[in-house]
Amino acid sequence: MPSLNDYLLLSGILFSIGTAGVFVRRNLITILLSVEIMLNAVNLSFVAFGRSLGTADGQIIVFFVMTVAAAEAAVGLAIVIALFRHRESLNPDTFTTLKW
Amino acid sequence: MTPLLIAQIVLTLFVFVALLSSAAGMVYFERKIAAFLQQRVGPTLVGPRGLLQPLADVIKLMFKEELRPRAADWFLFSLAPIISATAAFAAFAVVPFGADTTLFGLLGTPLRLQVADVNVAVLVIFAIASMSVYGIVLAGWSSNSKYSLLGGLRSSAQMISYELSYGLALASVLLLGNSLSLNEIVRAQSGAWFGFIPRWFVFLQPVGFLVYMTAGIAETNRAPFDFPEAEQELVAGYHTEYSSMSFAMFFLAEYINMVTVSAVATNLYLGGWSGPFSDSIGWVWFLLKVGAILFFYVWMRWTLPRYRYDQLMAFGWKVLLPVSVLNLIVTAAGVLAFGV
Amino acid sequence: MTLFYFFGAVAVIASLLVIAQRNPIYSVLLLIASFGALSGLYVLLDAPFVAVIQIIIYAGAIMVLFLFVVMLLNAPQEETDFDARVHPLLRPAAMRLGAVLAIVLVVELMWSLTRITASGSFPSGAVISVATIGRRLFTDYAFAFEVTSVLILVAMVGAVVMAKQDTARGGK
Repeated sequence: MPSLNDYLLLSGILFSIGTAGVFVRRNLITILLSVEIMLNAVNLSFVAFGRSLGTADGQIIVFFVMTVAAAEAAVGLAIVIALFRHRESLNPDTFTTLKW
Repeated sequence: MTPLLIAQIVLTLFVFVALLSSAAGMVYFERKIAAFLQQRVGPTLVGPRGLLQPLADVIKLMFKEELRPRAADWFLFSLAPIISATAAFAAFAVVPFGADTTLFGLLGTPLRLQVADVNVAVLVIFAIASMSVYGIVLAGWSSNSKYSLLGGLRSSAQMISYELSYGLALASVLLLGNSLSLNEIVRAQSGAWFGFIPRWFVFLQPVGFLVYMTAGIAETNRAPFDFPEAEQELVAGYHTEYSSMSFAMFFLAEYINMVTVSAVATNLYLGGWSGPFSDSIGWVWFLLKVGAILFFYVWMRWTLPRYRYDQLMAFGWKVLLPVSVLNLIVTAAGVLAFGV
Repeated sequence: MTLFYFFGAVAVIASLLVIAQRNPIYSVLLLIASFGALSGLYVLLDAPFVAVIQIIIYAGAIMVLFLFVVMLLNAPQEETDFDARVHPLLRPAAMRLGAVLAIVLVVELMWSLTRITASGSFPSGAVISVATIGRRLFTDYAFAFEVTSVLILVAMVGAVVMAKQDTARGGK
């Protein structure tokens, strides 16, 4: 049977993968996807902790995290669309100047 | 390998084969009923009274050439019909279609007539309906043709818009049934008021039933909500570039989705397998009710004109969604007041 | 236990491929696979409700949104001012720092996890039913629930406004 440590280790690995994605990739959509990976890793550790404590709190917090992630993804993608319309590029390095 | 396990494996295979044959049967019935609605006779040449027509259709589809546009993304192009067909079959796995049976005393413990007995069955059906959107959107994208892309995007936007009303109609039934398991909901509908009106939820939730059926028709991309497949507007929408067995898989997925929506509607609103006489022939009543809803589906298709896409979306968001929200509120108030 | 390893392996490999893929459509599809594996892990953790809403919300709604945006923008592959085959640690300065930070994070996480004393297996308990979760949501967490609904409304309005094309005022 997997123990709490196993789940936390898996959550840590997924979180690091997400962080690496945010730092290394140069495509706005892939960066947003890596943020989603990080949020999922956190969800996994919440549910694992909730299970080990025997309460429903872990699952309830996951419920809220998912909702907030959905809202954030929607707004983030709207911003990406608006940015793409101006510069025809999804590379964050093209948006480094403040002036249009 | 206990006898129960063997019986469950046989049941799984039986459900699979039954779904395939129901799709074939639907092909025949659709053409026959369409013909009678249009005052003609329909297929009569193949087999007695045209009963082998589906067989002829399948053989024709199998022998067609499997085309693949050169500019298409071959992995996604092949994956899309697989996703559609798999989601269609998987959704039926949690639908019970009869009471627990002991197969005339052969089994020690009764066999539940359900491939997978999960206690969040209603949510699982909703989840798999969300996944079936991907088959369509990937088909539209990977074909690399403008008709397919537009058809795919429109179709998937329609499906995710009507999922909301679908879910809210489901939520209203959950208030009455007090459980997420389809078995429990069917069991809550047993018995009768005044001795002869059965305790089906359709009598407590008429608006909810109509909302569910409308959303179900939109979810399965059937007329009058089948604009993405309208031949006059979009050639054939997301499955323009598909031929032979891939097209057959989309076709199959559409019919099996219809069967699943009808089966879930039967379980949620029409009492599932409850009926007069004993429970062990409950599956007969189930089949009759599902057949009635499928007839209603075909009837709708060949009677009503097609909605235009903006009318379709406006209807989904501005009419159906508020109605389903109101239905949920009224149901909640009713449960609170009368303690059903 | 084998199920845990299977789902864990699928989740990790799919996530690695997400950040390694060039084509954004494949990234989105691999992420959906990763979410499916995570859903399986939630089922192993006796949380069927979270497992199903993970599929409904993440794999079924958020990823469809991503897919729509990728398809509508016809997102080009990353054109970068360096050769993509070069290892991240040898690329220009910002990415070098980013890659180093990512490696530092991984090392630190692994080190801290090896220092935990034995936590043992989970206590045996009943599966937390959806009814319990619902009751807690509407009593203890009612305020958060209402605020979340306002948040979703704000996000919806904001997304529509920001993504709309400003044709009335000539695009400016």
